[in-house]
Amino acid sequence: MKNTILQVERLQTEFTNDKKKVKVLHGVNFHIKKGEVLGLVGESGCGKSLTSLSIMRLFKGTTARISDGEILFQKNKEEEIDLTNIPEEEMRMLRGKQIAMIFQEPMTSLNPVMKIGEQLTEPICLHLGYGKKKARTHAINMLENVGIPRADEVINEYPHQLSGGMRQRVMIAMAMSCNPQLLIADEPTTALDVTIQAQILDLMRQLQQDQNMSMLLITHDLGVVAEMCDRVVVMYAGKVIEEASVLDLFESPKHPYTKGLIASVPKIGNLKEKLSSIKGRVPTPENMPEGCKFAPRCEEAMPICFQKEPATKAFKGNRHCSCWLYDDEMRDVSV
Amino acid sequence: MEVVKETEQNEITVNRKNSYSPMKELWEKWKRQKTALWASFFIILLILTALLGPYITPYDPYKADYNATLQTPSLIHWAGTDEFGRDIFSRIIVGTRISLTVSFISVGIGALFGTLLGLISGFFGGRLDRFVMRCCDIMFAFPDLILAIAIVAILGPGLSNVVIAISIFSIPSFARLIRGATLEVKELVFVEAARSMGASNGRIIRKHIFPDTISSLIVFFTMRIGTAILAVASLSFLGLGASPDTPDWGVMLSMGRDYLGTSSHVVIMPGIAIFLTVLAFNVVGDGLRDVLDPKV
Amino acid sequence: MLQYIFRRILEMIPILFIVSILIFYFIHLIPGDPARLVAGQDATLEEVNRIRENLGLNDPIWQQYLSYMQGIIQGDLGVSLKTGLPVTEMFANRFMNSIYLTFASIIWALIFGILIGTISAVFKNKMPDYLGMVTAVSGISVPNFWLGLILIQIFSVQLGWLPTGGAEDWKSYVLPAVSLGAGIMAMIARFTRSSLLETLGADFIRTGRAKGLKEFILISKHALRNSMIPVVTITGLQFGFLLGGSVVVETVFSFPGMGRLLIDSIAFRDYPVIQAELLLFSVEFILVNLLVDILYSYLNPKIRTSTA
Repeated sequence: MKNTILQVERLQTEFTNDKKKVKVLHGVNFHIKKGEVLGLVGESGCGKSLTSLSIMRLFKGTTARISDGEILFQKNKEEEIDLTNIPEEEMRMLRGKQIAMIFQEPMTSLNPVMKIGEQLTEPICLHLGYGKKKARTHAINMLENVGIPRADEVINEYPHQLSGGMRQRVMIAMAMSCNPQLLIADEPTTALDVTIQAQILDLMRQLQQDQNMSMLLITHDLGVVAEMCDRVVVMYAGKVIEEASVLDLFESPKHPYTKGLIASVPKIGNLKEKLSSIKGRVPTPENMPEGCKFAPRCEEAMPICFQKEPATKAFKGNRHCSCWLYDDEMRDVSV
Repeated sequence: MEVVKETEQNEITVNRKNSYSPMKELWEKWKRQKTALWASFFIILLILTALLGPYITPYDPYKADYNATLQTPSLIHWAGTDEFGRDIFSRIIVGTRISLTVSFISVGIGALFGTLLGLISGFFGGRLDRFVMRCCDIMFAFPDLILAIAIVAILGPGLSNVVIAISIFSIPSFARLIRGATLEVKELVFVEAARSMGASNGRIIRKHIFPDTISSLIVFFTMRIGTAILAVASLSFLGLGASPDTPDWGVMLSMGRDYLGTSSHVVIMPGIAIFLTVLAFNVVGDGLRDVLDPKV
Repeated sequence: MLQYIFRRILEMIPILFIVSILIFYFIHLIPGDPARLVAGQDATLEEVNRIRENLGLNDPIWQQYLSYMQGIIQGDLGVSLKTGLPVTEMFANRFMNSIYLTFASIIWALIFGILIGTISAVFKNKMPDYLGMVTAVSGISVPNFWLGLILIQIFSVQLGWLPTGGAEDWKSYVLPAVSLGAGIMAMIARFTRSSLLETLGADFIRTGRAKGLKEFILISKHALRNSMIPVVTITGLQFGFLLGGSVVVETVFSFPGMGRLLIDSIAFRDYPVIQAELLLFSVEFILVNLLVDILYSYLNPKIRTSTA
């Protein structure tokens, strides 16, 4: 039995715009261990959300399609399946049961014309096969677990009657209701007030530890990463450019992009120091630069960076980084 | 966080630069609306037919030929003949002018008064606005066609009264549409800016507000033409429109009704003319909406 | 909620009042002398004058209006000049016939409109969508009286399945209801499609998919319920279209309803009947709009729970 719950290999996802294919994910590689919280960070537009949607195969209504790569999921002790080529029906039964997901917008992620209870019991009846009554009791329990007061009343209310934080708690309760092995949280706290953010993060961390569940936390907020994650994967322009444990990443970021990201986080006490930011913006999938995709914005770029893409290299402490700066260090590591 | 903010700002400036769309871009978009493009060619053809009508008919549309009554469509009479032996195709051609003229004039009058009312009401607001909107509410209390029937009942049958009836029921819908658009534009910054520079109200309405409502106006106008053609035909069919010997599409249908069982082409042919014309205007209206993207 | 309904009903009263004045005043503008119509062409001047006095036509118009309104409150809509029967009596059967016809049209329009709209939305930009939308734009463009005539030609004259007119049994309602409902059906189809497409792009639909819900349940239970809110409003707004259309369609099918009576009365200048008809049509229309408003706020839990 492997210790990995999810292994994403060379994942490529593309959109079709006006009959033209536009590749957005250019071979994403990472894995999530059992009981681990993996952070996936990067600027908006780097493909973080698309990666999570690819894992869930939530492509309906878009032109997105996985064109290459595999996503290996440890379904149970014996069975490992590739999510990219199982039938849709099998995938549907995994969603909400083994892999659950929480989205960024708690305001719009719940159906406005259905009662909380109705929405909450749906996956319970579907995946756990409970009857209406039992599902309702289970739903109330879940609401209590996520710290919602008067759960037995809230269950009869509509989403608009709850605050944003409460709605996100409902979303968490819904995601956790069938005891998933993997929870994907896509910017779960971005839309919330700072004080609520902390509460929701605490709740998620606590539930994750109680259930020994694996979690993929997608965020652009390095503060959230520092607080929540065990390991971090940094994405840029549809590729993973660095992977390290949280401590290593913050202590000694390797990729210039990661350095830039960390430098752009304000630190308390450093009021006089000017906040740095990374020049320019993420290239659009239609106008990808040659060579390293970060090179045009990189302060340490060398001529080679504009010509060839760097390979991913492994480093001490189980870290990875793709950057030409570390070409010499290859000798120090036995891969 | 910083990084994200900066990119967003860049995006906004880029979009601003590109947001100006000249006629050429509209034409490019229009060409992509295949069905609407064909429908617009058909409308041009209809307008030409309306202009040239009497000169291009194969037969005299008014001349009876009792040796050739109720003939089915053939190479000699493309759409057959009616109960007096008149060539239906020629009558349909001449009828184009009646249908288009009546509907364009009546919707035009409705649009003119409705737009004026909507602009004034939306721009000045307050008591005037409330009064105008109340009046519209009262007009809306009557279903369109019922209102038209009532007006024609009072004024007496005839095409000119049909024009008046359709103009009147078109006014409130145009007024409401343009008022809505005006309210939206009014709040925009540039109107405030124009005002602070000392422009007169009339000038602000003419130069700043009206141009912004024009795309809604064009789309709505096109769609209302379809409605108007149907209304004209309905009123004529009910005997409230054109006089019985006029080659009006609705009248032709109404007269042909008695021969439905034996010579159905008398009914089918003029109906097809109405249907295709209304269809063309509706398709073009839909296409225009997609291209101009107003807030209708 | 109750408060809102109450306020809406209060708002309706002045409009109804003004509408009744307008109708009354404009009907009096109709050229022609009703007393002469009643008396007939051969009557002497004295006879005509006597009838005019009896009908109260010599009173000032505001007095005539007041006595008319007084009558309405007592359930008296006047007497037909043509038949001499009380207008209420003439309306009795015809009104119900027209109501049945309207209902039949709305029901088939709703069923097929929602069905076509949903199929089009689900198969966006594919063959079923094109077919559905071609049907819809044709339905909006087809003159309903022509459709009626064609249907008569096919189903009554050639196939002999259904009667050409009347209102005897359900069979005689089929063709008029289809002709009358075609336009509304088309509009409902278009609005269902666009509304459903908008809903299908909503975040909560993605949430539903992430829960592992079946696509069918997602559309029927989650998406349609949300999409129906604007569709209800549109159906209500188009109700006037039905009332107007009923006049034409009833004429085509010689249907004993309110619409054909209106046309017959106009031909005869039977103005107590015209007046009562117009009043009834606008009351009906205003009431339906009120009903739609209430239904709208009922369907939308945000409004329902906030004022409850």
